[in-house]
Amino acid sequence: MKDDYDGPILEIEDLSISFFTRLREIPAVMDFSVRVRPGEAVGLVGESGCGKSTVALGVMQDLGKNGRIVGGSIKFKGRNLNKMSQEELRHIRGSEIAMIYQEPMASLNPAMKISKQLMEVPMIHKGVSKEEAYERALQVVTDVKLPDPKRILDSYPHQLSGGQQQRIVIALALMAEPALLILDEPTTALDVTVEAAVVQLVKELGEKYGTSMLFISHNLGLVLETCDRICVMYSGEAVETGSIEDVFDKMQHPYTQALFRSIPLPGADKNARPLVAIPGNFPLPHERPPGCNFGPRCDYFEEGRCDAMDRIPMEDVPGDDRHRSRCLKFKEIDWNAPLVSTSTNEKSEPGKVVLKMDNLKKYYEVAANALFGSSGEKKVVKANETLSFEARESETLAIVGESGCGKSTFAKVLMGLETATDGQILLDNRNIESTPIEKRDTQTVADVQMVFQNPFDTLNPSMTVGRQIMRALEIFEHGNSDEERRQEMLRLLDLVKLPRAFAERMPRQLSGGQKQRVGIARAFAGGARIVVADEPVSALDVSVQAAVTDLLMEIQREQKTTLLFISHDLSIVRYLSDRVMVMYLGHVVELGTTDQVFAPPYHPYTEALLSAVPIADTHVEKTHIVLEGDIPSAMNPPSGCPFQTRCRWKDKVPGGLCDKEVPPVRVMAGGHQIKCHLADTEFDAMEPVIKIAAE
Amino acid sequence: MGLFILRRVGVMLLTAFCLTFIVFVMTNLYPNLEKLAKSEGNFRMTDIEVATWLSNNGYRSPLDDQLLADLNAGRITQAEASEQVNTGFDPRIFRNYAEWLGVYPGWTRVDRDGNQRGRCILPGSDPAEAPTFCGVLQGHWGWSTVSKAPVTEALGTRMGNTGFLMLCVMLLMIPSALIVGVLAGMREGSALDRTLSTFSITTTATPEYVSGVLFIAIFTSSAVGLKWFKGTATSAMENPNFENFFLPVLTIALYGMGYIARMTRASMAEVMTAQYIRTARLKGVSFGNIVMKHALRNALIAPFTVIMLQFPWLLNGVVIVETLFQYKGVGWELVRAAGNNDIEMLLAISVVSVFVVLVTQLISDIGYVYLNPRISVT
Repeated sequence: MKDDYDGPILEIEDLSISFFTRLREIPAVMDFSVRVRPGEAVGLVGESGCGKSTVALGVMQDLGKNGRIVGGSIKFKGRNLNKMSQEELRHIRGSEIAMIYQEPMASLNPAMKISKQLMEVPMIHKGVSKEEAYERALQVVTDVKLPDPKRILDSYPHQLSGGQQQRIVIALALMAEPALLILDEPTTALDVTVEAAVVQLVKELGEKYGTSMLFISHNLGLVLETCDRICVMYSGEAVETGSIEDVFDKMQHPYTQALFRSIPLPGADKNARPLVAIPGNFPLPHERPPGCNFGPRCDYFEEGRCDAMDRIPMEDVPGDDRHRSRCLKFKEIDWNAPLVSTSTNEKSEPGKVVLKMDNLKKYYEVAANALFGSSGEKKVVKANETLSFEARESETLAIVGESGCGKSTFAKVLMGLETATDGQILLDNRNIESTPIEKRDTQTVADVQMVFQNPFDTLNPSMTVGRQIMRALEIFEHGNSDEERRQEMLRLLDLVKLPRAFAERMPRQLSGGQKQRVGIARAFAGGARIVVADEPVSALDVSVQAAVTDLLMEIQREQKTTLLFISHDLSIVRYLSDRVMVMYLGHVVELGTTDQVFAPPYHPYTEALLSAVPIADTHVEKTHIVLEGDIPSAMNPPSGCPFQTRCRWKDKVPGGLCDKEVPPVRVMAGGHQIKCHLADTEFDAMEPVIKIAAE
Repeated sequence: MGLFILRRVGVMLLTAFCLTFIVFVMTNLYPNLEKLAKSEGNFRMTDIEVATWLSNNGYRSPLDDQLLADLNAGRITQAEASEQVNTGFDPRIFRNYAEWLGVYPGWTRVDRDGNQRGRCILPGSDPAEAPTFCGVLQGHWGWSTVSKAPVTEALGTRMGNTGFLMLCVMLLMIPSALIVGVLAGMREGSALDRTLSTFSITTTATPEYVSGVLFIAIFTSSAVGLKWFKGTATSAMENPNFENFFLPVLTIALYGMGYIARMTRASMAEVMTAQYIRTARLKGVSFGNIVMKHALRNALIAPFTVIMLQFPWLLNGVVIVETLFQYKGVGWELVRAAGNNDIEMLLAISVVSVFVVLVTQLISDIGYVYLNPRISVT
């Protein structure tokens, strides 16, 4: 059925999708139109709940029992998918339209070998023999650049790493050479360097096979790197569509503008140019305001006009190519007006040293054979290797690295959930490395607190918000009576800018950002002096991230807290941290001030990391460095330098030193530390990875 | 894998050891022994005579000589003497258990007639040829007082009968339960699901002693009813056929079937909402193939354990059904032994049950590894 159709591959016209519950009809997508031409990649961007995944499932006609298409049409190569029978759809799914999913592990059948899952596609759609299907599978697995394809084909999904699994899902989608590929947040679950490699691969394969793509993401930077056109969605509607250049540089909708202002782009700075969070919350699908959905949160809102009509129509932006905006006022707004800087903050000076790590080591012994406990030989996982650094009062130290680099282990040791194997942790010159949390005195526990990554799981679901904060106060022996603690709790709610009425609410009634605020209030309940923030905003939506980050910064400024900010997101690290520590496989590979780390000379790993981060700015030019392979297992680390297996500079070091010795820590200008064998001349010759093109 | 099985077998033996000791203590409580003494000896024995008989036959420690002398000399009355007999804990129980296991030499003594008697000397055999040890480890399971035969002999045929019954139950129960569960679970909430779920809930909610009686009334009654089957399975022991054997099998199978079907349904329904099923659907796989190739193996992982755990429960049903249908298997024998205080037989049956339970657990663990590639024991 690969015909010579040359019209648009996918045409969605005024699509409306609703979910039906017992109570009411919930419109998830309204009046949505998009057109994908052959070979074109269209990005669909929006926050969670804006309906972007629903559009994708709508195209696949797989909305489940409750979802139904209530209006409009979806035409694939000119044929209306809405009117097709199940049998016809089955022929299109997998062969003409394929989908790549967010969680590769969950998307692959755990009890079926990879080869079988791949071979199924051509066997169903082309009726080929087993041998042919196997040949095809082998070829596609080679195409997605997996090493040792035969072994991969013979394994089960759980035997592969996350990046490899995602490549298999991509291979699955490419088996039948589809005309349209739908990618639903394909890299959200992956590490940045793996993400960069996967994105690169998708782009290459798209060109090779001439596939059109519908790329769904919440990450504007990623869309910039992969797509030709973009469609921004808000609360079930497309609010702006156009080419990447038009939307990124000449945006014509207030939401797009607000979105760009709330993400940390190079040049944003927590003191001079703080991020502007979008005020208010995302409207629930059944509580949408009349008129413009973005109205209540919009700076340009005009009462009696923006909320006068039922629905704002989409209008063409004159002069641009297929650039449309859903705003009544876009012709009146001066889009080039500089952002009225709402506030600049004074830079706070770091005070005395509060926390000092000296050659901290944490090894885990893992029985080779977990089921039998004592039998079998022991393996040692070196989670942290000789960690040394200092953190000062009211300083933000960012700890950066991909999963498995040991950053969470370090946090556990600091918190006292684990005890150190060797070395010392000095808190106000007291050793705490071998005191587990149960044995720490109340003051130490209250001093070192943590904000967790996932606000959805870290609040007790059956206790009111106020009660949880008061419980923390009780543990920290704060206040003499319940009444005193109650007052303190209300003060904490004010501190994190939550209404006092929230004290009586249950966690399930709060949004993600609000829950994270409760988490912050709890961490600061005992007047914490060191707060470990473990990826505090990575589970939140873009527009909420800015607000929560700002809040953390503000509390830090007021309370002179030392903030250890653990993150893999280099944009946010660059925005808010004073100093940055880059970790790889338990080693600190680079440590310095933010400016030092983000400018050459780099450690080769930092260089790759910086290049991998997608930046949502068309003026930025990046050097593309794609790391090959996966992070080695900490159970079986490479000899010599931990990064040598993936380093592109390795051959510049004479005598194979990288294979033999762990590099020494080199102190560069201004106390900048790099753990690398490279010669000084090589470091001096390094080019910056990110360049901002002059306008 | 070998090591894993070895360890599991070790744990199994330890469990068996503990469980049999508990059963041994329970069956050797004084009231049980008193009943035994009276039925073996004579029903008009006095308390002192009972105690003497028990000590002569190795069940309890010998009576206090002073007490006997006092009684014989008439210094105390019969009633006073019986009050002084130890009816509580007797340390001899440990030695008895060791003898029963076969790790301690069996007791021997010479009775008043000068005959050598002992645990290992069977009535009518030559004492000189009797072995020193005779316990379960040596294959001596004791003497069944009801069957008047060695326990091994009496229980052997019973076990054969029950084994055949269980096999038929499994053959009927497992496939139908899985089919019902998969059919119900593949489209959650459909009319088919509702119907099958109602059916399986009804069957699990009806214990064998209710369904068995109902079936007999409906299908076998000679006065009213359908007269399709026979109300007794006695003839099935020699010549099992559909008419005389189906009802007992169905009675046991129905009860377990509902439970397994419910588990399979829940597991299937969960698997059908998994993302990899969506992947398969959007790959263009037909619904039949999704169920057969993608969902089934994943959906069977949970019920497999349940099926294996169902074996011990079947033993329950076996007792009721065998008694109800007069089918002479282990369950029927258990009831008879319990009713007639056949201690050795009770012990043997409990050992058998313990092993059935433990072996099924082992099989369930090993089978789990094969079904679920994510779990590895090596």
